[in-house]
Amino acid sequence: MSATFLGMPGNFPKNSQKAVQDSQLRYNLRKATHTIRGKRASVVGELPDWAELRAAGKAIKDHTLRNLDRYLVQLERAVQDAGGTVHWARDAAEANRIVTALVKATGEREVVKVKSMATQEIELNQALAAEGITAYETDLAELIVQLGDDFPSHILVPAIHRNRSEIREIFLEKMPKTPEGLTDDPPALAEAARLHLRERFLRSKVAISGANFMVAETGTLVVLESEGNGRMCLTLPETLISVVGIEKLLPAWRDLEVFLQLLPRSSTGERMNPYTSMWTGAVEGQDFHLVLLDNGRTGVLADEVGRQALRCIRCSACLNVCPVYERAGGHAYGSVYPGPIGAILTPQLRGMGSELDASLPYASSLCGACYDVCPVAIDIPEVLVDLRAKAPHAAAEKAGMKVAGWILDDHRRLAAAQRIAAKVRGLVPKKRLPGPMSAWTDTRDVPEIPEESFRDWWERNERA
Amino acid sequence: MRVALFITCVNDTLFPGTGKAVVSLLRRLGCEVDFPAAQTCCGQMHVNTGYRAEGVRLARHFTEVFAGYDAVVAPSGSCAAMVREQYPKLARPGSKGAAAIAEVAPRVHELSEFLIDVLKVEDVGAYFPHRVTYHPTCHSLRGLRLGDRPARLLRNVRGLELVPLPGAEECCGFGGTFAVKNPAVSAAMGADKTRNIMDTGAEVLCAADNSCLMHIGGTLSRQKTGVRTMHLAEILASTEESQ
Ligand code: SF4
Repeated sequence: MSATFLGMPGNFPKNSQKAVQDSQLRYNLRKATHTIRGKRASVVGELPDWAELRAAGKAIKDHTLRNLDRYLVQLERAVQDAGGTVHWARDAAEANRIVTALVKATGEREVVKVKSMATQEIELNQALAAEGITAYETDLAELIVQLGDDFPSHILVPAIHRNRSEIREIFLEKMPKTPEGLTDDPPALAEAARLHLRERFLRSKVAISGANFMVAETGTLVVLESEGNGRMCLTLPETLISVVGIEKLLPAWRDLEVFLQLLPRSSTGERMNPYTSMWTGAVEGQDFHLVLLDNGRTGVLADEVGRQALRCIRCSACLNVCPVYERAGGHAYGSVYPGPIGAILTPQLRGMGSELDASLPYASSLCGACYDVCPVAIDIPEVLVDLRAKAPHAAAEKAGMKVAGWILDDHRRLAAAQRIAAKVRGLVPKKRLPGPMSAWTDTRDVPEIPEESFRDWWERNERA
Repeated sequence: MRVALFITCVNDTLFPGTGKAVVSLLRRLGCEVDFPAAQTCCGQMHVNTGYRAEGVRLARHFTEVFAGYDAVVAPSGSCAAMVREQYPKLARPGSKGAAAIAEVAPRVHELSEFLIDVLKVEDVGAYFPHRVTYHPTCHSLRGLRLGDRPARLLRNVRGLELVPLPGAEECCGFGGTFAVKNPAVSAAMGADKTRNIMDTGAEVLCAADNSCLMHIGGTLSRQKTGVRTMHLAEILASTEESQ
């Protein structure tokens, strides 16, 4: 079972330094993100009304979030009316308790899972394992991560950091009944996984899923996927338990029209995903439970700037365009939500008490590519800057910024500082600055300090 | 036209040549220029690093210094974007500060915007016989949406050969304090950027922001590539006589 993300040590700069030095990883990431980024751009370019769709997606989500309490109650009633059971979970521990009890009540010791960020977030697999229940991931990439005893590193492609020869090794070593002579040809790898998974599907009596959307009006849950494993999990087992974040709500059925266009194009770069499964309450012969997960979301909702992060539909487009993610890799973020969205969501959900979480709002150059690409127009740079204002600052940095602020408060002080700099210009080393500024000179030269500032030049020439 | 120059603290302190180029360029185009001496800094570094109180103070100072000018011109895409895009988010809606920002912000122009949108010139009569490639910088590209304005200006420079930069729209990795807070990632981004620059065979890398150029130029210099960096204003100010 994969180790746990919570309480991961380190901080983003340190974690990413390791990734930057791993040339294989950098190659894998670059190749994967650039391929999918290109596909996204071309299918998005096909839609003349993309800007309107994006605005509609944003508006629907904002409206829902503003009236979340009302719609959640409506959803609960609709699910119950359709024969499902609704549970409310304040945090990860409560959600895990509820799910564990539900599985135990069935008497089963094994469950199959549809890829779900919410269950990753609460580390459900670990909680189940602690109670002697084994959870099997059925999404190909999740399976690779699980077998490799690894962390996911991407929202959509959790094994993006692995290449096919690494995947072949993992299968040979960890997957029961792997065909002999398995090559690293992608179809061969997929076929091996399919054989392995089919057996699981047919045997399993309990399945656990998340959902991409929940429709308040009808109580319908929606899962979009590409491999068909989701459909198997959702339909074959006798008990289905769905753990879904409370923000995944849409008011009405017709809202899906917008999101079923926005999501596949943004995430996989496809016009439509191969499998869209929808279910309302319990179908015949099946027991259905919906666990509505808060786990910090209400707190995020209360933040005027940060709440826009709850619009996120987890498409991962922001990861694929992020130059920082591309070099640092997903693990550096120490959370199931990596990349730009992770940098704003994780510190909001978990707080900034740990060194790692406090470093996340700084894991961005604020280049703005994530905002441009986001299908629900989350202004990620804006939220990053806002979180930085709330993050703890080191004493030395605080002192430095205070001094800089004091000098810049008055042009006479600035001019004096510039003249001092000009006097000592010969002493400033080009190749090696002292203290924290050495981070600059490790790879970059320092510009020459001029003999005279612009303002002094202006004063000398214009006011004389 | 009377124009107030906002030279920006980085240019003022480290790259005075850019400010001088703006002065000579705008005078050549018939503008009367003024440098309000009380100006200091737009506050971008403070706000973006999480020191909002200091940033807000600098923003207030900026709006006081530049109140009452018809046009303010800044040779920096990121500082112009700071004033236009981020200032409005700093003040409480309906407050006096918000009103002052609403007064000043729309009059602040990045240099290429001012030349093309306000002065309506694309040929500034420059001469610069070199092979040049242009890096658009993130805040110019996605903050101000400068589009091809700088390229239009550069294409009209006599003698200049403009070569396209592969991966031009990707961040160079400067990002203000990001460069020292996340040095490994910043350096990796810088290295990819300089590799793309080298691939163009250009002698000069041009941009509308000296802070990005300081990072890229520092990397180019450390790698001993021989490629020079120049601010857009400096190329546009060049003439046959100045060569
Ligand atoms: S923040 Fe936007 S782009 Fe990123 S995963 Fe969420 S919806 Fe997609």
